[in-house]
Amino acid sequence: METETQDITITDIRKLLDEVTDPEIPVISIHDLGVLRDVRKERDTFVITITPTYSGCPAMDMITLHIHGKLRAHHIPHFRVETQLAPAWTTDWMTDEGKRKLKEFGIAPPMGSKGGEDLINRHPPCPFCNSENTELVSAFGSTACKALFRCRDCAEPFDYFKCH
Amino acid sequence: MHGDNTTDYLLFLADSSLIMGQRLSEWTGHGPMLEQDIAITNISLDTIGQARYFYQLAAKRQNEKTGKTEITEDSLAYLRDAHQYRNLLLTELPNGDWGQTILKIYLYANWQKLIYGKLIYASDKDIAAIADKALKEVQYHTSWSSDWVRRLGDGTSESHERMEKALEYLWPYTGEMFMETDYERRQYERDKDFSLDTIRKEWTEEVYHILQEATLTLPQADTFMHKGGKKGVHTEYLGYILAEMQFLQRAYPGCEW
Repeated sequence: METETQDITITDIRKLLDEVTDPEIPVISIHDLGVLRDVRKERDTFVITITPTYSGCPAMDMITLHIHGKLRAHHIPHFRVETQLAPAWTTDWMTDEGKRKLKEFGIAPPMGSKGGEDLINRHPPCPFCNSENTELVSAFGSTACKALFRCRDCAEPFDYFKCH
Repeated sequence: MHGDNTTDYLLFLADSSLIMGQRLSEWTGHGPMLEQDIAITNISLDTIGQARYFYQLAAKRQNEKTGKTEITEDSLAYLRDAHQYRNLLLTELPNGDWGQTILKIYLYANWQKLIYGKLIYASDKDIAAIADKALKEVQYHTSWSSDWVRRLGDGTSESHERMEKALEYLWPYTGEMFMETDYERRQYERDKDFSLDTIRKEWTEEVYHILQEATLTLPQADTFMHKGGKKGVHTEYLGYILAEMQFLQRAYPGCEW
């Protein structure tokens, strides 16, 4: 059974897309991540625009796949997913809600705004005990978007979502 | 509008990034420490991702010109032979030891940083978009690798010695970055303030600064420089890289995971 397109609004689509999350960080939606750039309607087709985080991030293909899965499961008849490169994604687009969820999940959210080459020379507070006494273990982490830190107070290692 | 006038230029950028990434991927599982293994693998992933965007654009433009759909990012990467590859010779050189790999990343990433830093203003908006995306990634590579160049160069006598050897080996392959080919000139002529000569000066200044901090011997300005990669004349190494990388598509055409 297909739903008639004229009954579906952009808000409905956005609501469904709020349930599409980053495959590596399942607590944060593509909207919170800043990957979802636009949802518009061309005649009876919904056009969903997403932007990649890092050039080689394998999550992008998964995200596209999940969008298709989600919309098909809800009988959205006509839609397409477009990838847009410019303007380039930045963690500045991450929502406050997204940053809060990251911290809850145990990942230190990006600090401040993007800028220059000193991306790793910042000391994010520990997401577990909030101590600012932390140190960089590795500039590269488990995914392209993260670096590995360690808390000097509670001794927990943690991921830091790099400011990018 | 662009037709395939930009094909060679796009392939030059794509091939350089792909071969760089393919080479670095050889370190996966072999890094001296887990963190450094992950770092190299991440850098490899970034450069292969950048290569994909350039290939996709090259394929799109060639197909638009012919009205066909036979060219894809995969056919460009997997079905061209060594003489059709336009990558910088530097990228195909063996990894050598950890120090040599680090220095190679630094020399290459610093070049990428300056080229992309200019391309983001290019009148060719598609190329500008890819450069904009890639710039922040290669800035990170530059920053990370320059830390290591300093650390190893100004480290133990063993690490210093190895970095000196690496520099001596790699340096004669850096000149090619700034020897302008016809297809680069065509590309850069569209944007008045784009000068490869200026980029060369900036690159040399930045690299010398880091080498100095790393207490390494500064290379002579009149060092003999190898060339050819940009025009498809490669070292014997590229053939071996392609043999491994392209094997699956050559043996089982169209095979998918």
